[in-house]
Amino acid sequence: MFDLMWLLIAIPLASGALLLIWGKESDRFGHLIGTAASAASFVLGVVLFVRLMGEDAGHRSQAVSLFTWIDTGTFHVEMSFVLDQLSGLFVLLITGVGTLIHVYSIGYMGHDERRRRFFAYLNIFVAAMLTLVLAGDYLVLFLGWEGVGLASYLLIGFWQHKPSAAAAAKKAFVVNRVGDIGMALAIMLMFAQFGTSAIAAVDAAAPGAGDSVTTALGLLLLLGACGKSAQVPLQSWLLDAMEGPTPVSALIHAATMVTAGVYLVVRSNAIFDASEVARTAVIVVGLVTLLAGAWIGCAKDDIKKALAGSTMSQIGYMMLAAGLGPAGYAFAVFHLITHGFFKANMFLGAGSVMHGMDDDVEMRHYGGLRTMMPITFATFGLGYLAIIGVPPFAGFWSKDKIIEAAFGENLWVGLGALLGAGVTAFYMTRLMILTFLSQKRWRDDVHPHESPRVMTWPLIGLAALSAVGGILLLGDWITEWLEPVVGHAEHHELAVPAIVLTIIITAVVLLGVVAAVVFYRREPIAAETPADSSVSIFARAGRHELYGNEVNETLVVRPTRHLTRFLVWLDGMGIDGFVTGLADRLGDTSQLLRKPQTGYVRSYALTMFGGVAVVVLCLLAVTLA
Amino acid sequence: MNEYITLSLILFTIGAVGVLVRRNAIIVFMCIELMLNATNLAFVSFSRQHGNLDGQVAAFFVMVVAAAEVVVGLSIIVSIYRARRTTSVDDASLLKS
Repeated sequence: MFDLMWLLIAIPLASGALLLIWGKESDRFGHLIGTAASAASFVLGVVLFVRLMGEDAGHRSQAVSLFTWIDTGTFHVEMSFVLDQLSGLFVLLITGVGTLIHVYSIGYMGHDERRRRFFAYLNIFVAAMLTLVLAGDYLVLFLGWEGVGLASYLLIGFWQHKPSAAAAAKKAFVVNRVGDIGMALAIMLMFAQFGTSAIAAVDAAAPGAGDSVTTALGLLLLLGACGKSAQVPLQSWLLDAMEGPTPVSALIHAATMVTAGVYLVVRSNAIFDASEVARTAVIVVGLVTLLAGAWIGCAKDDIKKALAGSTMSQIGYMMLAAGLGPAGYAFAVFHLITHGFFKANMFLGAGSVMHGMDDDVEMRHYGGLRTMMPITFATFGLGYLAIIGVPPFAGFWSKDKIIEAAFGENLWVGLGALLGAGVTAFYMTRLMILTFLSQKRWRDDVHPHESPRVMTWPLIGLAALSAVGGILLLGDWITEWLEPVVGHAEHHELAVPAIVLTIIITAVVLLGVVAAVVFYRREPIAAETPADSSVSIFARAGRHELYGNEVNETLVVRPTRHLTRFLVWLDGMGIDGFVTGLADRLGDTSQLLRKPQTGYVRSYALTMFGGVAVVVLCLLAVTLA
Repeated sequence: MNEYITLSLILFTIGAVGVLVRRNAIIVFMCIELMLNATNLAFVSFSRQHGNLDGQVAAFFVMVVAAAEVVVGLSIIVSIYRARRTTSVDDASLLKS
C-alpha cells in the first residue's frame, strides 16, 4: 500500500502536464481535471495516513525507493520517498488545503481566459511541494524545493501583462536563489563530510560529526530556509509576491510553500540538535522576523500586504519554535498546520472581498462590508479569532504552546514572542475594523456583493478547520505523534504555572485588540492613505517594509551594479580592445596594400618586371658569390 | 656570337619598354611578341654556341605558345574594342572600381 505514495506526486504532476499540453480544447473542463487531480491526491493521502496510524509506533516511517537517480563513483542518490509522521501531516495539509483552494479558484479565476494554465501551474506546485516533504534524500528534497520556487515564480507573475507582477516574480525568484545557494552548499557539505545526502544517513551521522560541521550545515540550511520562508534578511520578496492571484497567495505564500523552511529545520532536527550556534541563529531569525512582520502588518493599507506581513510574523513564530529544539519542533509543526488553515482562510476571504470590490486591495476603500458579505465576514472572523489566539480557536493552542516553550528557553525570547502576540492582535483587529466594521467608504460605482458558492464553500471549510484545528493537541496527540521523528522533549518547569502564563498571553492579546479599537474607533477613518509626513515614524517605517528594499538596494544591488559596470568596462577596454585593435591594425595594413592596386595593366607589368629584375639580380649574386 | 646576344638584348629592351609605356593594346601586344622573339633569338644563339639542339627545341615551344597566345590575346582585344570602342589598356581598369 505504501508503495503507492509516488502516486501522490504523480497524479497532480500528470494532470499539470496534461493541461499544459492539451491546449485550448481543454479550456472548458481543464479546471475540473486540475481540481480532481488534487482531490485524488488528497484522498490517497488520507488513506495512507489512516494506514500509517494503524501501524505500530515503530513502523510509522515507510520508505520507498523508486529508482537510482544518480550513481557515479561514490556518489549515489536514490529517488526515495519517506512517508512518516511528519511528512504525513504535511501531505494532508498540502493536498487538503490545496484542494479547497483549487475549488475556490474555479470561481475566483472564472473570468480569466488563462484559467486552464493557472490550474496546470497549481497542480505542478502541489506535485513539487509533495516531492519536497516526501523526499528521503536531500537532493530529492532540493528537486521539490526548486520545483515550488518555479511554480511560485510562474504564479506570482501569472498576470504577466502587469509590469509590477512580472517584476515581483523575478524578485521572488532572485531572492530565493540566494537561499538556494545555502541549500546547495549544505548538500555538498553533507556529501563531502558524510559521503551521502540521504536524510536518514545524515541524521545518523550528524551527532557524531564535529561541532564545526554541524554548525556550518545548520547555518547553510537556515540560509535556505530564510529564502524560502521569507525570514529576515531574505524577507523582501514576500510582500511583492502579493501581485499574484489571491488563491496563489493563500496556497503558496501563506499555507504551504513559505512554511517549507520550517519543515526543513524540523526535518533536519538531528543537525540542529547537534549545534547550539545554529539553533540560536534560528531563534534569532525567528524572533526578529516575527516582530518585523508584525510591525509591517500594522502599517500596510493594502489588505493582502497586511496579511503577508502577518504571514512573515507567524512563520517567525514557527522558526522560533523550531529553534527551541525538541521542546519546540512539534509546536512549530502544530502552528504551521493551524496557520495553514486560518491564514489560507483569511487570504481567500480577502480574495472574496476583492472579488466584490472590483479587485481593489486598499482597505481604506472598504468599510462596513459585514452586511454586504455575511459569509465572508463570518469565515474571516473565525480566522481572525484563530490567528490572534482567542481560546478555544486553533491559533490559541499553537501560539500558547510556542510562547510557553520560548519562556522555557529564555526570558527575553519569551517576552519577544509575547509582544508579538499583542501586536498580532492589534494589526488583525485593525484589518477587521477597516474592512468589515466601521462606516462605508467605498465609491458609489462599486457594488459589493457576496461571492458565488464555489468560493464560499472552501471558506466555510477552512473556517471550520480554523475553529477546531486545536483538536490536534487534544491529549498531547501531536507531540506524541511526532516524537519518533523529532525526539523526546524534556519538560521544563516554568517559574509560573502554565495556566498563569496562558492568562497573561490572553490578557496581552486583549490589550492589543482594545488598543486597535481605541485607535481606529476614535475618529472617522480617512478614505485615502495619510501622507508619509503626517504619520509617526513607526508607521512610516512599517509602510516602507522597515526599509528592507532600501537596505538590499544599498548593500547588494548597487555594489553589484558597480561591479558589473567595472567588469563591462574591463571587458570593453581589455579583451575587446585587444581583439578589435588587432582587427583594426590588419585593416590599416590592407589599406596600405590597396594603394598599389591601380587597375592599370602597365603598372602591374612594371611590378612584374621589377620582380623579375630582383630575382635575376639575386641569382647573379648567388652564382657569382 | 656576341652580336646575336646584343641584338637579342636590344630587341627585348625595346619590347619591355614598349609594354610599359604604350597605351594602345595592339602596340603592347606587338611588343610582347618582340620580347618573345628576342628570347627565341637568344635560345637559338646559345644553342648554336653550345652545339646541341636544346635551345632550338625550346624556341619551337615558344613559337607554338606564342601562336596560341596571339589567338587568345587578339580575340580579347577585339572584344574589348567592340564593347568599349577603344583599345587603350588604361581604359580597361574596371577591376579597380
